[in-house]
Amino acid sequence: MIVALSFYLFASILVLSAIMVISAKNPVHSVLFLILSFFNSAGLMVLLGAEFIAFILVIVYVGAVAVLFLFVVMMLDIDFASLRKGAVQYLPLGLFIGGVLLFELITVFSVWKFAPSVNENIANAVVSGEQTTNAEMLGALIYTDYIIAFQMSGLILLVAMVGAIVLTLRKRAGVRSQKVAEQFARKPSDAMEIKKVTSGTAV
Amino acid sequence: MIIGLEHYLILAATLFTLGIFGIFLNRKNMIVILMSIELMLLAVNINFVAFSSFLGDLTGQIFAMFILTVAAAEAAIGLAILVVFFRNKDTIAVEDISDLKG
Repeated sequence: MIVALSFYLFASILVLSAIMVISAKNPVHSVLFLILSFFNSAGLMVLLGAEFIAFILVIVYVGAVAVLFLFVVMMLDIDFASLRKGAVQYLPLGLFIGGVLLFELITVFSVWKFAPSVNENIANAVVSGEQTTNAEMLGALIYTDYIIAFQMSGLILLVAMVGAIVLTLRKRAGVRSQKVAEQFARKPSDAMEIKKVTSGTAV
Repeated sequence: MIIGLEHYLILAATLFTLGIFGIFLNRKNMIVILMSIELMLLAVNINFVAFSSFLGDLTGQIFAMFILTVAAAEAAIGLAILVVFFRNKDTIAVEDISDLKG
């Protein structure tokens, strides 16, 4: 009973905040509702017994992605009201396509069932028992069977980070920024000179 | 009252549809379009984890983690491109992004 109640609580807040994300006038509000929907889906993941994914969802999505969105929304000086003009024009088309898609998905999901042989095809079964936690089981899989995919995802993150830096880095005129290579290449002889000063004469 | 797999699937379908509808509703605002894509990826993640949980198979959770990785990379690159575009053109309206004449 408590599971059902919490499912409906999380699910309704999730759907309502998703509606607010796409319909809020102010993009800052959109980002904040996005954060709310991530928190609620993390709650759903906890209900499903996937604690590690729930924590990762909060850390990665709320801590990194949503804050990135927030920074970008606040940094760009845009008149967001003008961007909303003409949105009503696309409303019927969007409602039609969304309605058709939702209808199709719900139709498929309501008549669908597992194949009888599904239990023979489970690749990485959940180990039941008090000793093993969700994170432990995931770790035992990621670092063995899925090590290459795991390393690849690390590489994707590295490339994304380098790409984002390369894209946004720029040289600005009139700014005295550090030139690390030049500063390190400097020798004492470039900067100072030793002069013999004899007493009684000017330098 | 038992919450079955269908509940989660229909919730994820609703969320996915809201993401697609968000792209139609905010056709001009690039930032909200990126947020709608995040919502759709979240719906896919809910599907993966729901199947994983109801089948007792951990593979779905592992793939949900990979989707999370790709979503984070996509958001970072997308927002970087957006910032560079805004710096050069002073706009983020989607219909102005037509320099490539594709």
